[in-house]
Amino acid sequence: MSPTVPTTAPRATRAVSAAPSARAAAGRRRYGAPMVLLAPFFVLFTAATLVPIGYAVYLSLFAEHRSGLGFGGGETVFTGLGNYTRALGDAAFRGGFLNLAQYCLLYIPLMMCLALGLALLLDSALVRARRFFQLALFLPHAVPGTIAALVWVYLYTPGISPVIGALNSVGTRADLLGHPLPAVVNMAVWEWTGYNLVIFFAALQAIPREVLEAARVDGAGPLRTALSIKVPLIRSSLAVVGLFTVIGSLQLFTEPMILHGTTPSVVSTWSPNMYAYTAAFERHDYGLAAASSVLLALAAAALSFVVTRATRTRSGRTRPHTETGAAV
Amino acid sequence: MTTAIAQPATPPSGRRPWSLSRAAVNGALVLATAYTLLPLGWLLAAAAKNTGDLLGGRTLTPSTWHLGANLHALATTGDGIYFRWYLNSLLYAGIGALLCALVCVCAGYAFHVYSFPGKEQLFGLVLLGVLVPTTALALPMYLLASKVGVVNTFWAVFVPSLVNPFGVYLARVFCAGYVPGEALEAARVDGAGELRTFWSVGLPMVMPGLVTVFLFQFTAIWNNFFLPLVMLSDDRLFPVSLGLYSWNTQTHAFPEYYPLVVTGSLLGIVPLVIAFVALQRHWKAGLTAGSVK
Repeated sequence: MSPTVPTTAPRATRAVSAAPSARAAAGRRRYGAPMVLLAPFFVLFTAATLVPIGYAVYLSLFAEHRSGLGFGGGETVFTGLGNYTRALGDAAFRGGFLNLAQYCLLYIPLMMCLALGLALLLDSALVRARRFFQLALFLPHAVPGTIAALVWVYLYTPGISPVIGALNSVGTRADLLGHPLPAVVNMAVWEWTGYNLVIFFAALQAIPREVLEAARVDGAGPLRTALSIKVPLIRSSLAVVGLFTVIGSLQLFTEPMILHGTTPSVVSTWSPNMYAYTAAFERHDYGLAAASSVLLALAAAALSFVVTRATRTRSGRTRPHTETGAAV
Repeated sequence: MTTAIAQPATPPSGRRPWSLSRAAVNGALVLATAYTLLPLGWLLAAAAKNTGDLLGGRTLTPSTWHLGANLHALATTGDGIYFRWYLNSLLYAGIGALLCALVCVCAGYAFHVYSFPGKEQLFGLVLLGVLVPTTALALPMYLLASKVGVVNTFWAVFVPSLVNPFGVYLARVFCAGYVPGEALEAARVDGAGELRTFWSVGLPMVMPGLVTVFLFQFTAIWNNFFLPLVMLSDDRLFPVSLGLYSWNTQTHAFPEYYPLVVTGSLLGIVPLVIAFVALQRHWKAGLTAGSVK
């Protein structure tokens, strides 16, 4: 981040002493174009990201006075962290976080291992039709989350589902809708494994072939090469995918929301996002909804920090900062 | 590895079990492919069933082929509201993704080409924006939109979908790969202004990046569910995802909505599948650029 500043500063002072007015005009011309090019993004970014974040924090500190006592009227009072303690004190909110934690613990390792394992298989030189497999495994990502969830709900529904029909004919009585956690995890695994597989596969393909050749000459078998050479070399990809997976997982909403419409085993506050949605649009308790959204965002920030920290060792020099600074 | 060197006999003769492991590896991939494709295959078959056959789980035969009838029902239910949703989705996603990609490429190009005070701090802010959970923003955005009076309008869904910080990151990476400094220098020497240089030299060069950002944003907007759910109550403004959701909530009372949801889901997938099959080079490039971060 800093290299551009110290290197240009001494040159700038020399230039100023030579021709101050020309230098100032050049500076104006220089900064005009980037400002025009950056303005559209930053105006939208401010309006649709920064302002809503600020507003959510602001809202979370106020409460409508009618809640609790039950008389009408919209008197808004400052409650400090009152909404936060209310959310954290609500068993439904904590239950949502517990569901989310279980979901993350089950889904993230399962999906990452599947995606990495399949990418390694695809990379293993034993496979024909790589393009076909890549596309076929990626295809679920082209299916909107809502539609994917609907399709799976139908595949869980007795009568409609050929899966349940097949299980019944074998003599197993399967109640796929009665177990929301594996039901939701399966939907997420189906949607995201192929997408992340493509990322891992691209990183594996970028490993210099000499490295793998050297490992082979040293006598490492394919499994050994995969685990001790290839996986460590794509650590930065694993870190990025892990980070985005954590952030995405915390936002869990669509899949349980659609299950909620079909089975009573998924309550309307099943995930923290569903809790916030219910608080806002069924209880009209915006302070509580904002507080639970902020708590979720804080959890996401904390987890992102942990993930980046845990995977920091190799990803320090990965951002393309230095060469972009030199290009001017 | 030192232990492995001690057995130099293994590599040549160790090739023997390869045919076995080749079968195992391909078998595992075929299994995984079956897992990803079978639900889509089910959807394809189910879209041709009528309500009774769908709920009875009966297998599809030529005599029970009702795809035409289902499409007709889809086109006529609620005065053809489904295709209105479809048009909405195409507008939200098509125009939204195009504008978003342009905005991202402008910003990414500026970050790549120019140096100005506070540049990397600003870029750091963009990267932080990537980490913000978008669903946490939907509720405050709804309340802000209702203050401004745009809730339940086209704009309430359209404007937020123009923002994608990750697109700016991707665009910067693509600019670093596709826009050589010499080309810009040549244009400047020829007397072109900075914006003119961007438009006629930089932008054409980074076109593959623009297509990539467009594709990812098109998917994101087409798939978006939470924001429209929060913002829209007028069903004539719904995108396909929200419309299908609202139909699905009625299937308990009206089972005849089942085939509508199934057939509508199938049609809702088509544009994205076509885009991803046709633009394979671009999404692979995008995912690669994203992974080397």
